[in-house]
Amino acid sequence: MTLTPEWYLLLAAALFTIGAVGVLIRRNAIVLFMCVELMLNAANLALVTFSRINGTLDGQIIAFFVMVVAAAEVVVGLAIIMSIFRTRRSASVDDSNLLKY
Amino acid sequence: MNDLKLPAIDYAALAPMLILFGVACLGVLVEAAVPRARRGLVQVPLGLLGLVAALVFVIAEAGTRKRTAGEAIAIDGPALFLQGAIIVLGVVALLLIAERSLEPGGPFVAQPARPVGSEADRSQAAGEGGATEAYPLVMFALAGMLLFVAANDLLTMFVALEVFSLPLYLLCALARRRRLLSQEAALKYFLLGAYASAFFLFGIALIYGYAGAITFSRIHQAVTAGTGSGVLLFAGLALLAIGLLFKAAAAPFHVWTPDVYQGAPTPITSLMAACTKTAAFGALLRVLYVGFPGATWDFRPIIGVIAILTMLVGAVLAVTQTDMKRLLAYSSIANAGYLLVGVLAMTPEGVSSTLFYLVAYGFTVIAAFAVVTLVRDADGEATHLSRWAGLGRRSPLFAGVFTFLLLAFAGIPLTSGFTSKFAVFGAAFGGGQVWLVVAGVVTSMLLAFPYLRVVVMMWLSEPGESTPSVSVPGAFTSAALVIGVLVTLLLGVLPGPLLDLTTRAGDFVR
Repeated sequence: MTLTPEWYLLLAAALFTIGAVGVLIRRNAIVLFMCVELMLNAANLALVTFSRINGTLDGQIIAFFVMVVAAAEVVVGLAIIMSIFRTRRSASVDDSNLLKY
Repeated sequence: MNDLKLPAIDYAALAPMLILFGVACLGVLVEAAVPRARRGLVQVPLGLLGLVAALVFVIAEAGTRKRTAGEAIAIDGPALFLQGAIIVLGVVALLLIAERSLEPGGPFVAQPARPVGSEADRSQAAGEGGATEAYPLVMFALAGMLLFVAANDLLTMFVALEVFSLPLYLLCALARRRRLLSQEAALKYFLLGAYASAFFLFGIALIYGYAGAITFSRIHQAVTAGTGSGVLLFAGLALLAIGLLFKAAAAPFHVWTPDVYQGAPTPITSLMAACTKTAAFGALLRVLYVGFPGATWDFRPIIGVIAILTMLVGAVLAVTQTDMKRLLAYSSIANAGYLLVGVLAMTPEGVSSTLFYLVAYGFTVIAAFAVVTLVRDADGEATHLSRWAGLGRRSPLFAGVFTFLLLAFAGIPLTSGFTSKFAVFGAAFGGGQVWLVVAGVVTSMLLAFPYLRVVVMMWLSEPGESTPSVSVPGAFTSAALVIGVLVTLLLGVLPGPLLDLTTRAGDFVR
């Protein structure tokens, strides 16, 4: 069986789905955050694969930008999660329930 | 080895964005170099000057229609109009952010990193000067928004989306009072925002796979030619739309809005309600009108259903709210629905009416949140609706101003709310979308109820023991309030000049 680019697209779609479902069912803010990163990386894989299929470099360039953006997101996200954790001693998103309805 | 061929860059056209990014970086340096007590004195004039300079360059570019920086950025009528709108609304919001006279130290906490309830936190609540980091963050956010509405390819749009979102997540966590709510709002906004931008990014990947390029003109060619896989196109467009509709706060991607609007410091809420909405709809207009007009018949029914759902959710849930900021948040959701009605006309009138609506709504909503910052007791802002009962007796002037703003939200004639709703419904009617117009008119009648309930409560109830006083606004808040109210009135009585401007600005470059 030869490994065609389509397989990588399927893998990217699978990873993206795992991440998307993970955000919905997990409860720890850090795990949620890792699921989002998984989704971003799935998108990167898809971009690089399409770059290969299309024969243009755009996709690979975008992947680099996405890595930088993801790093910036980590900085902001962890800062917010940390500030909450210091007060509540918990990173569970179920505990953050003061705002509703 | 061949010489690298650099794209031509039109610096004058990019100047507004460059200035704001420069001012933001300068602001960071000010944080490092200037003593704490004097930072606010430097940051506020710096920010205002930067915004004015950017506005001058935007006006000087009026009439330009070009793409620059290797087709990454389009400077055309809608881009310039939206940039101008974001800058002007940003100035007014910055006035609210800069207000220091309402409570000691201003609306922001001194050291956001201190744990809530600790010894150090209790001492800073007493009136330590607020975090001036807010100013550079606001400038970064505004600069990102300017880039967002001018982005001509999906990568630039994604980077701009993150550039303006990340500072906003942080700004939400900076409230001086009710810090737990504020941090929780920031966490929710961040997690859901990152989730939505991951969808946006996967959408970019699929569209890139479909069209083989990411500039809107190439995407348009591919869509019109109809070659390529329909699955990639529709899945990609759907994921892109999720990312954008999240920022625009359209149902079912609206759930963050009430929580974040309530938890964030009120001046930041006004910035998000006015500027973020403008930026999100600017980008949505460009994606749908420049990139995917060839797929209009495919996306219009779906986004139309989203528009109706948004109006219904906003109008129905606004009725049940007991907190003023949450009520305004649901009203902002409903207004996202009306804006979508204008967008879906898919005609030049659709663009111009949406642009008009964004400006009119932005000024009204900033003024409304300015009033919310004024109604306070010893614990800060008194946002619970029951506390507003009898406010009309206690201070008729501010209750009168707020009544006027609520009537504008409800779309009563002689206010900007009426003209702007009339414009978007007219455009949608002209575009053959009668079903959207019917839904819009029905929900606006529904939506009038919660506004009128507040009006009745303010004027016809007796003020009680717990009715808070209305603080005397400082110069900054007064200026923001006066500007917001005047524009709301002016656009209702004399909408002609702005309507002309939006009509002339409604032409995208492809």
